[in-house]
This record gives sequence, structure tokens and C-alpha cells, in this order.
Amino acid sequence: MTTFHDPTKPKHVADRFENKHAAPVGSSAVVATTEEVRVTTPPEICGMGHRMKRKEDPRFIQGKGRYIDDIKLPGMLYMDIVRSPYAHAKILNIDTSAALAMPGVLAVITGKDLAAHGLHWMPTLMSDTQMVLPTEKVVYYAQEVACVIATSRYIAADAVEQVVVDYEPLDVVVDPYKALDDEVIIRDDKELKTNRIWHWEVGDQAATDAVFANAAHVVKQYMHIPRIHVASIETCGMVANYNPATGKMQLYMTTQAPHAIRTVFALVSGLPEHKIQVISPDIGGGFGGKVPVYPGYVVCAVASLLIGKPVKWIEDRSENLQADSFARDYHLEAELAADADGKIVGLRVNGLADHGCADAAANPSKFPAGLFSICTGSYDLQAAHVNFDAVYTNKPPGGVAYRCSFRVTEAVQMIERMADMMAHDLNIDPAEFRMKNFIKQDAFPYKSPTGWEYDSGNYHAALRKAMDMIGYEDLRREQAEKRARGELMGIGISSFTEVVGAGPSRDYDILGIKMFDSAEIRIHPTGKAIARFGTKSQGQGHETTYAQIIAEELGLPANDIEVEEGDTDTAPYGLGTYASRSTPTAGAAAAMAARKIKAKAKKIAAHLLEVNEDDLEWDVNKWQVKGSPEQAKTIQEIAFAAYTNHPQGMEAGLEATDYYDPPNLTFPFGSYICVVDVDSGTGEVKVRRFVAVDDCGNIINPLVVEGQIHGGLTMGLAPALFEEIVYDENGQCLTGTLADYLLPTAVESPKWETGHTITPSPHHPIGAKGVGESPTVGAPPAIANAVVDALWHLGVRHIDIPITPEKVWQALRDAGVTE
Amino acid sequence: MIPGEFDYHSPRTLQEAVGLLQQHGDGAKIVAGGQSLIPAMRFRLALPEVLIDINTIDGLEYIREDDGHLMIGALTRESDLEESALVQQKYHLLADAARVIADPVVRNRATVGGNLAHADPANDHPAVMLAYNAELIALGPHGTRAIPIDDFFVDLFENALADNEILTEIRIPTPGPGSGGAYYKVERKVGDYAISATAVQLTMNGNTCTAARIGLTNVSAVPMRATGAEQALIGKPITNEVLEAAGQAAATECDPSPDLRGSVAYKRDLTRVVTKRAIRQAVERAQGG
Repeated sequence: MTTFHDPTKPKHVADRFENKHAAPVGSSAVVATTEEVRVTTPPEICGMGHRMKRKEDPRFIQGKGRYIDDIKLPGMLYMDIVRSPYAHAKILNIDTSAALAMPGVLAVITGKDLAAHGLHWMPTLMSDTQMVLPTEKVVYYAQEVACVIATSRYIAADAVEQVVVDYEPLDVVVDPYKALDDEVIIRDDKELKTNRIWHWEVGDQAATDAVFANAAHVVKQYMHIPRIHVASIETCGMVANYNPATGKMQLYMTTQAPHAIRTVFALVSGLPEHKIQVISPDIGGGFGGKVPVYPGYVVCAVASLLIGKPVKWIEDRSENLQADSFARDYHLEAELAADADGKIVGLRVNGLADHGCADAAANPSKFPAGLFSICTGSYDLQAAHVNFDAVYTNKPPGGVAYRCSFRVTEAVQMIERMADMMAHDLNIDPAEFRMKNFIKQDAFPYKSPTGWEYDSGNYHAALRKAMDMIGYEDLRREQAEKRARGELMGIGISSFTEVVGAGPSRDYDILGIKMFDSAEIRIHPTGKAIARFGTKSQGQGHETTYAQIIAEELGLPANDIEVEEGDTDTAPYGLGTYASRSTPTAGAAAAMAARKIKAKAKKIAAHLLEVNEDDLEWDVNKWQVKGSPEQAKTIQEIAFAAYTNHPQGMEAGLEATDYYDPPNLTFPFGSYICVVDVDSGTGEVKVRRFVAVDDCGNIINPLVVEGQIHGGLTMGLAPALFEEIVYDENGQCLTGTLADYLLPTAVESPKWETGHTITPSPHHPIGAKGVGESPTVGAPPAIANAVVDALWHLGVRHIDIPITPEKVWQALRDAGVTE
Repeated sequence: MIPGEFDYHSPRTLQEAVGLLQQHGDGAKIVAGGQSLIPAMRFRLALPEVLIDINTIDGLEYIREDDGHLMIGALTRESDLEESALVQQKYHLLADAARVIADPVVRNRATVGGNLAHADPANDHPAVMLAYNAELIALGPHGTRAIPIDDFFVDLFENALADNEILTEIRIPTPGPGSGGAYYKVERKVGDYAISATAVQLTMNGNTCTAARIGLTNVSAVPMRATGAEQALIGKPITNEVLEAAGQAAATECDPSPDLRGSVAYKRDLTRVVTKRAIRQAVERAQGG
């Protein structure tokens, strides 16, 4: 565990981000790109590449999943939360007497009660601090102020209304640029009286300045990547079950990272770690929002500890939308430079991160702005410099990596908008402009100006395929015809590079815990298996894809492999599932553990066949004698022998564990093309077509990949056109219900047209890369670029997302278009 | 999201429901589809002491034509309206609206009577019924009475029903020859209230508009008619200039509030645009288009 640093102290590039990617990883040979999904096993084994239906779905579609709110324990109590109606206010008094007098109310827990145990503050994942319950003041609207414990959910809700809190309102800071003035100090608990959290720089400033000084063309744009919410279908919740007789604390909770949470709970609470069992049951969507620890979890656990009974807490939708961690909220001033030939040469970004009242991001700890420095994207440019500040405001803490690998979405939105703007300014077709500026296939592994080493890529192939699928040249002709008639149609491209799979232990940790992940495979005597992982699916399909990886490696049918995650008493330690890291880390661990088993299986096979190990070769699901394949032992036969007839001197059993520390991140990529029609009277934008070509390296299950991409594209459409968390000048959240926080539905979503290219990762054991987040990262700029493309001839250069009808209407009216 | 405490009744007859209203006064609320009331109760914005559930009363769900009127039972679900062949053939304005009220899941439960009785200017039926010049039938302890739609909306969430009255039926005059109607709504996404929407019912003689009623959705505190826009049409041939004048009249007479859907300027201009589009569509239909 690291000590908590004071986040108000500036962090400079030297100590925060040295170039740790110098050592070459993987192969330097060009990785070939194909389109055909590799399949080496028959359907009855269902290894990699098979379109296997998800093993977990029968229980989900029958309503037989087991989510937090399905858990009911004998004698269970219920918790509900009193929340602040102010964004910034002193707490003068909390009167709990009326609530405590209600029949069925057992306790009302306040910050003072927690302070008696030293539990009124907790660390965030970024080593900042955050209130559990306040003792002095509240710092955001809907902040947790007190918790009621009662015998029923209804009594608890009624009692919340009876807790009387006297507040003295304080000046509120909503605008992060105003926060920089330090006129109102939000975190006056800290030694340094400033709202500034950190300063961070990456890249070569002098080299970037030099490139800009000589550039023929420069485009410059301010943009806001809006504050949004993951809005998973299932809200957060917990059942805490402390058993005073055994001293064991069971925590059923909606967490994407059960093992790390157990360690943090142990360190914060003082309970011994072996007496804490975190169980993450089925989860109805996480998307990064279930990585942090929220105050409700802590108080729920404390309540069970103090009362000695199980306590359930289930957040309602408005609590979830108003108080849980947000995502994004980056203000960016970007400049892109190109030479006289239209070749991009330099990028400069000044950023301001609005973190709310605490830096509760879930970034790897050395990366205060996450992996934002991937911001040179898919382009080969000479120099880049990123300069970032983060501030506190009177908003809930954050921000989490919402279906993206730590701030990559913000980076991609910026570079893809800037590239498009440059192309339009230079009057070069945006597709041609990208082709001209892409990193070339033979340049991989590619060293970026901000220090990344991209493992493999073929950006030209992905864009060409997307253009062919959508009929790009025909669309441009149609657009020209329509424009002549005064109709508004736009075509937008996004050619993104993602960076996923954190990560190599030399650079990546959360609260000091290295970001490896793990797999443990046990083969039973009858050739069936159980595999456990340190990750935790929230809908990604791990029960299927991990089984397919093991099936591929060992030839055991995927249906014979039970995949289990989420119980810290049984699963091997891991950092969990977020940032598209499961396949790059735990998926790799599955392959490596299977290979250990395969190696032991070889020894057993040699023993059974009475041959030398060197005489054996592997074939799909068996070890066979070279040159005489009829002499063979299947993995099932070997498994039985491992318990019944293993060689003398060898340990019985057939199992292995692997903790996989990836040598590098993986860099999935893709090209998306979107066609929009804009209504010049109303400002409405309709997405007519959307083609997504993704490259995530070798594909484990095309059906699961397509499902991930469909979901991710919809989650990319959302911030592009609909979603934003909005606050008024008093810091009141105006988007606290799904009537105001707009999630797109099937009605708003176009028919997603998907395709793929396959450029394997050279360093990953099965050549795979993460994929779940690519579409969320890649889609928003394609849509934004399409809208601006439709309006460019009218003089419109940029519209911030979400592109609402009113923003388009305003742009049109400013351009003199009245209908 | 947990409502406060309330008593619950499910009467079997209208008389029983009226008796319960008599008994409990303004502490009682009728729940029909529950698509507005239940969320308000879950947020504790509505705290009725007594809930009278009329879903158990037979004979309140129907769509039929009689005596020159379309009669809609107050408990008729929006989805039944949407699927009604009669509505699709002869009541184009109503058919347009039925397709865009809330979302399909809500329409399965939500009722026409509830949508009107809630007296929310953001709901779609108020503007539609204003344009149709509908009559609402109310039952009280002393029998039934007909309330002209122009008198029904009193204030925000306040209608002309007495505390002991219940809305039972909506009557729409069957459109005569040469008439047409349309509803044009702009919403941010399915299920959202309109940013602005216009309901038009008019009669044409050749290219001249002889009668017109226009209702506006969600651009005023109380559901409103755009009488200025109506006057801009009546007695005039429909030209681009007349359309624009009607649109501008609607934009001027509406009184929208700024919210997340848009500023006042946007909502006014959008009202101009949707009013013109609704009129154009209604004229086409009136002329057999």
C-alpha cells in the first residue's frame, strides 16, 4: 500500500511520467493483417473463433441471475441515506431524535459516529481523501449526510425524512475555471488552501514549440468533453453480513474489483484481511462506475459491524445519477499543426480536469490524467506536448473510466475532431487526410511522441474497409447533390487508437497494488474443469470467452469448463475488470495457466504411453506420438490419470495458477464512418448509417465481440447527442432522473453495421487485444464530425458534444439559415 | 424512490369511486394508468392519503363513433388508440399524437383520461383535444356534465373537475368533409416530453382555410390554443406567407420556460417551425393528400 500523497502538491513530468516504454517488447517484424477469424478447434470443443452463444445468458434471460438485491439473509436490516440539499454548506446540527423515535428504526449513523472509529474519511483510488459522512460541511449536492438503519426499506425511507439537518449555505464553485481563482476553498480540510489538485505534463514542450513555429497550418479549438454518468441498469448496493461469533465480515457488493476492495477495506477498517470476504455476484453493468468505493458501502459495512446483523443498502436511480462518480469532464484547448503538404506535425493540448470534490478517478496511480497522453492518436507526428491541471469543484467526486481505458475517450474526441478540422481547413477529404497521416503498418511497434509503444496496427486497412462497407465515394456524391438543393447531410470519420490492458507492473498500480491479473484452472478427474479469475464480469461474457481460451489451449470443450469470478475466498487475487483489461491480463493468464497444465499433461502422457516426452506432439486435445498419431492420450484421459495413475514422484492432480504481468499494453484500433441528416428547421440530427470496423487482434468469440461493439456504439452515441450531467449555478444537479439524463434507446440507435480486420498483438499469448471499450471511445467523434461536416459550408467549425437540437439550431441561425 | 404511506381502494363501479371521492375529498387521488402519478409519489412530490384505483371498473375502455362524435372511454390505453383502425382512418391528428406519446411501454399502461386530467401542458392530449374542440364528460354525485375543452384546463396540474368528480369520457366531433388534422412533435428522444409540438385541425374549401383550431404542447404553463395562429389562417388561401405568418403568431403567443430542452428563443422558433409543418400536413390531408 502506498502512503497517501497530498494531491495538492504539483506533480511534474519528471517524477510522474518518465519514459518507461523504452525497452522493446514483442516482435519488431510487421504483424500481418487478415480478415478471417482463426478457428483451430472443432465445434464440439468450441475454442477460439467460434460464435458460441454466451453460457451465462440462459440464467439472465430467464430472470435467474443473482444480483445484490436478490440477496436476502435472515434478520436483514435496511439502510437508507439522508442527502444534502446543498452543494456547499456548513453542517450546524443533525437532530436524529425524531427518526430514532420511529418504531423499527435501530440507528441513525452520522459523521460524528464514524469519527469515533476514525472512519469518517476514506482514501480514494487516486490516494486523495473523501468524506464517508461529513462532520463539518458538505461539498456536493446529494452528498451522504447520515444513514438510517431500520427493519424495513419503507421504514428507513420514512425515517430519512425525519432526520433534521441545519445547514449554513456557503458559496458554491461550479465552474472549474473559477475554482482556479481559489476565492472559495472547497477542501479546507487540507493543509494547502487551494482548489488545485495536480499539475501534469507530458511530451517535449521545446520540440513542440519548434514544430509549431515552422508549421504552415495551425488549427485551434476549445472543447468540453462533458460530464457524463455510466448509468448502468443496476444501481450500486451492498449486503454487509458481519458475524460476531466468527468475526467474519461478508460483503456482497456491486464491485468490479472485489480483491482490491477487500485489501482496502482491511487497511481502512483494521479488520484482518482473512476475515473479510468480498462477494461480487451478478452485476448489471459496471462501466467503471463500480470500481470506486462509495460512502454507502462503508456505512453499510460499519452498520453491520456495530449491530451484528446483516444490513442491505440499495441505491435508487436518482442517488445513483446524482452522487456516484461521474466520467469525463475535461476542458481542452487543443492546437494541431500541419506542414505545407498537409502532413500533421505537432499537437499541443492545455487541459483542465474538473474532479468535483475529490480526485476519485480510478486511474493507475502514476497517471493523474489517465492514459490521455495517447492523444496523438493514429497519426505519425513529430512532437506533442500536453499540459494539464485538475481542480476541485462542488460536485460529486470522480472521475471514473467510463467504458474507456482511463481518459482515452477524451483524447480520441479531441484528436479526431482536430484532425477533421484540419482536413476541412485544408480542403482535403477527411478520409484522404487520414490515410496521408496514419502511422504506417511497417512503423509498428511504433514509438509515439508522448512515450507509448503501440504494439501493432494497420490503420489504412481498417479505414479502407469501412469506406468500402459504407460506399464512401457514393455518399460524398450524394452529399454534394443534396447540398446543392439546400439539404444538410454529413459524413464523419473517426480512426481511433485505443490503449488497453493495464498493465505492466513496472508502471501500473492502483493504491500500490500492481495491475497483473490471474487465472487458476483445476481439471477434475473426469476431464471437466473449474477456472477462477481475479477479474469480474459485469456483462462482458467472461464465462464464455475464458472457457473458449482454455478450450483452445487444452482441447477441453468450453461447455465442460465452469468459470467463476468475484468471490475473494475462492478466486485468485486480481485487480478486476475495467479498462478493457480482462482479455489482455486475465485472458492471457488463462492461456498461460493452461499451458502449464499442458506441460504437466505431457509428462503424464509420456508416462502412460511409455515414450519420451520429446517424442510427443500436441494435436487439438491430445498428446500423440510423433509419426504414430494412433498412439495418443486425450486431455480427459490424462486428467483421469493425474488422479489415478500419475508417475511416481510427480504431484497428483492437474491444476495451475498464473499471475500474468503483461509486457506492454495492447492497442486496439478501428475506423468508424457515420452519416447524418440534419433538419435545418428544428436542429435535429438523425444518424442514418454507422459503419464500425474494429481491430482487436485475434478474436476469441465473434458473437461476443459484435455484442460488445453494438453496446459500446450505443454508449458512444449517447454522449455525442444526448447525455450530460448538468448543474445549475447553485450546484444542484438538474439531471437526477432518466427523464432528464437522456439514455438513447433502440429508437434513437441506428442499425449498427460492423466489420473487422485482425492484426494480432505480437506480445499477447493469444494475440488478442481488449475490445469492449473501443466503440465507446471511437463513436462520439465520428458522429460529431458528421454533424460539423454537414454544416461546414455554412461556416460552422465545431459544436461541443452532446450535440443537442438547440446547439445545431443556434449554429444554423447564426449562419443565417431560418428553416 | 419509496412512496409515503397511503390507503388504497379499488372500487368496482363508477358510483363507488365517486362515493370514495366524496368521502375523502382532496386527500384522494384517482390512479388510472399511473404513469405520471406513481413516479410523483415515488419522489414524494405527490403524497395522496388515499389512492382510488379505477382499473377495476369495467366499461371505461372503448373507442367508438356515435352521434357525430368519437367517444373514447377515459380508461382507454394509449396503445389501443394507436392501434385503432377507426382512429387511423378518420382522426389523423389523434393518430399522429398516439404514435408519439411517451414510449411504447408507457403507452401500454397510460390512459387518455389520465393524460388529460393531469392537466400537464407537457402532455400531448391537451393540445390535441383543444384542436379537436373536444368535450369531456364528468360524473359526480349529481350525475354527469359535459365540460368544453376550452374550459377544462384551469392552471398547471389543475383542471375543472370538482373534487368529487371523475372524468369518464372524451368526445371528439367527427371531422366534416374538407377537414384535416396533424400533430407535429419535436422531442429529444422517445419518451421525452415535447420541446415543442403543435396540433392542428382545420377545414379547407379549395385552397382557402375556412376553419382552424390549433393547440400547442409544452410551451406554456397551462395547455393553450394558438388563437393568433388560427386567425392567421382562417379565411385565407394557404400560401408560404400565410404559413409563415401563422408560425410566427404561434411563436409570439406561446410562453415557454427555459429548461434542459432549450432556451426560450429556441422554443419559440421551434414552435414557429412545428406549427408550419403541422399546418402544411393538415392542409394536405384536408385536400385529400
